[in-house]
Amino acid sequence: MEEKLIKITKRDQPSKAIFFLTPVLAIFLTLVAGGLIFYVLGFKPFEALKFFFIVPIADMYGFSELLLKATPLCLIAIGLSFCFKSNNWNIGAEGQLTFGAIVSGGVALLFYEQEGFYILPIVILAGAIGGMLYASIPAILKTYFNTNEILVSLMLVYVSKLILDYLVVGPWSNPEGFNFPETRQFSDSARLPLLFEGLRIHAGIFLALAAVVMSWFVFYKTYLGFQMKVSGFSLKTAKYAGYKGKKMIILVFLISGACAGLAGVGEITGPIGQLHREVSPDYGFTAIIVAFLGRLHPVGIIFASLVVAITYLGAETAQIFMQIPKYTGQVFQGMILFFLLASDYLLFFKFKFIGSKK
Amino acid sequence: MLKIFIRSFVSSLVLLFTLTVAAVSKDVKAAFVYIGPTGDHGWTYQHDVGRKAVEAAGFKTTYVEGVPESADAERVLRQLANSGHDVIFTTSFGYMNPTNKVAKEFPNVKFEHATGYKREHPNVATYAARFYEGRAILGTIAGSMTKSNVIGYVASFPIPEVIRGINSFTLAAQKVNPNIKTKIVWAFTWYDPGKEAEAAKALIDQGADVIAQHTDSTAIVQIAEKAGVYAFGQASDMDKFAPKAVLTSVENNWGPYYVERVKAVANGTWSQKDTWHGIGDGMVVISDLDSAIPSNLKKKVKKLQSDLASGKVHAFTGPIYDQKGNLMVAEGKTADDGMLAGMMTYVKGVEGDIPK
Repeated sequence: MEEKLIKITKRDQPSKAIFFLTPVLAIFLTLVAGGLIFYVLGFKPFEALKFFFIVPIADMYGFSELLLKATPLCLIAIGLSFCFKSNNWNIGAEGQLTFGAIVSGGVALLFYEQEGFYILPIVILAGAIGGMLYASIPAILKTYFNTNEILVSLMLVYVSKLILDYLVVGPWSNPEGFNFPETRQFSDSARLPLLFEGLRIHAGIFLALAAVVMSWFVFYKTYLGFQMKVSGFSLKTAKYAGYKGKKMIILVFLISGACAGLAGVGEITGPIGQLHREVSPDYGFTAIIVAFLGRLHPVGIIFASLVVAITYLGAETAQIFMQIPKYTGQVFQGMILFFLLASDYLLFFKFKFIGSKK
Repeated sequence: MLKIFIRSFVSSLVLLFTLTVAAVSKDVKAAFVYIGPTGDHGWTYQHDVGRKAVEAAGFKTTYVEGVPESADAERVLRQLANSGHDVIFTTSFGYMNPTNKVAKEFPNVKFEHATGYKREHPNVATYAARFYEGRAILGTIAGSMTKSNVIGYVASFPIPEVIRGINSFTLAAQKVNPNIKTKIVWAFTWYDPGKEAEAAKALIDQGADVIAQHTDSTAIVQIAEKAGVYAFGQASDMDKFAPKAVLTSVENNWGPYYVERVKAVANGTWSQKDTWHGIGDGMVVISDLDSAIPSNLKKKVKKLQSDLASGKVHAFTGPIYDQKGNLMVAEGKTADDGMLAGMMTYVKGVEGDIPK
């Protein structure tokens, strides 16, 4: 019996090429595993993958929907990358999005049936401030009371959804709406302008792109970015270097909250046009996958948000045309994260064949 | 010669015409948009049963499940309208604005929206069921079966649909047992087994020995089974989940309506309307009555069921008073549909306030 021996050794330093190749590998493995799952379920794997990943974006409309879906994911993930790079585990972007939507929606309702160029900027600003306020809670509790930001930010997600429920069922519900849980429709001046006639893609995409540029600049061109990087590698080193940790923690949470809040603004003043109970289909949580798939790099996050966005669209198309259960979209998102974490093993370890043994 | 030619030409035209008509009617494709998974054994499950009835009637159907009421609903609707579907059923209230928006862009596609009130374009119809008739039956059973005179009621959202159900239930229970009180717990969800179970436990702790529900999961009847109290199934026959606890269920039976409407599209006779069907039209169905119900009560229930169906009895017949004792419906009168559609006050005998 012949046995091949493989020696696994730890790398001194994670390979840079592999660092950016593993997400591609993860996506490839997801496609293979996805095709396998389709096959086992009795669907033609290549046809299913085609309906999942190609058909939804085969025309202009489909592509615009992809961008529409990717916009909030990208925006939130950019914000999260500030937190994650510096070892702050903000899991509550969904709550910050919801609270941002609440504040900006409230302002938009104040301007009900009013027109004016000044309304939209105020509404947008209100959303960013709302997200920042909500993100400041776990940040302050972490810095001054040493609480765990994972738990606090996660729990606050449910609080924010309950606040939204209360508002749309009660005081903010549409007076002409038979007490159904929704507000009035916002006036046109409080809505983000559409980029093309007949498509839903709106000016919110510029907010996302601005966030991408801003994050690239901060990460790679500023002292703050350097501090974040050092804190990310080792908190002790950061402390030893004399960085003011508390200030940085609060700052990254505020940036992250502002981005999530803006994503909320984009949804309610873009395609939805009002507040109701379901502002976001858990973008805040999905964006965590996007941030890691994009390797916390601004450009990586753009690609990652497009990849994850298509799993939503593809799931719908696959169900309409092939009767594949729509929840496979979530299976794909889960698989991407799983394979990414698994292939990270390659980052830190290398394989070497050392001959064979008889 | 010419005559023969014309005759054969006309007859072939007629043949062609009938062939096309036949082909068109078979080609009609219906799509269904669901808020939850088809396996929820509640709201979505019953709509899917209705969809299968449409398939059985010889039409092609498509469905998309778990469509959130967020910005995604509009895309799914547009995609269905764009991919050769002739009629689209949107089966949750939150699809109201997207349905009307997409309907405007696709005037040749018919849209049927469940439980909403907006019909902004001629190709949008709305439909709902008079579930309150079923709840009058449940109230009659609950009022007769309770020993503690406390009846629990797990409610979803404070909207007229739910308030109407609570009132209809309580009025019917009071008719057979003037001493009962209905205690409400608001779960603020349509489907969340965990929350619903908590609500049911809270009500049982407060002495309720019969639990009614206006949420969709089977958690409540299962809790009731464990606690040894009675309960009623919601949307589908939930007897198999709690054989001892479930006295009966109010089933949502959409099939006949769906088949009728898809056929109307096929025949070209579809037109916009607002449908509100109850027991009489078969949209609301009462499941088999459990053996725990005594036979004289069974008779009473069957009688009420046929009287509601024929219209001899209305679930909201005066005198009806609100919690403060103000007259809502005068003696001998019945509540009209306008009043029912906007009902936002409890009747006397319901405990607590409507959340504001």
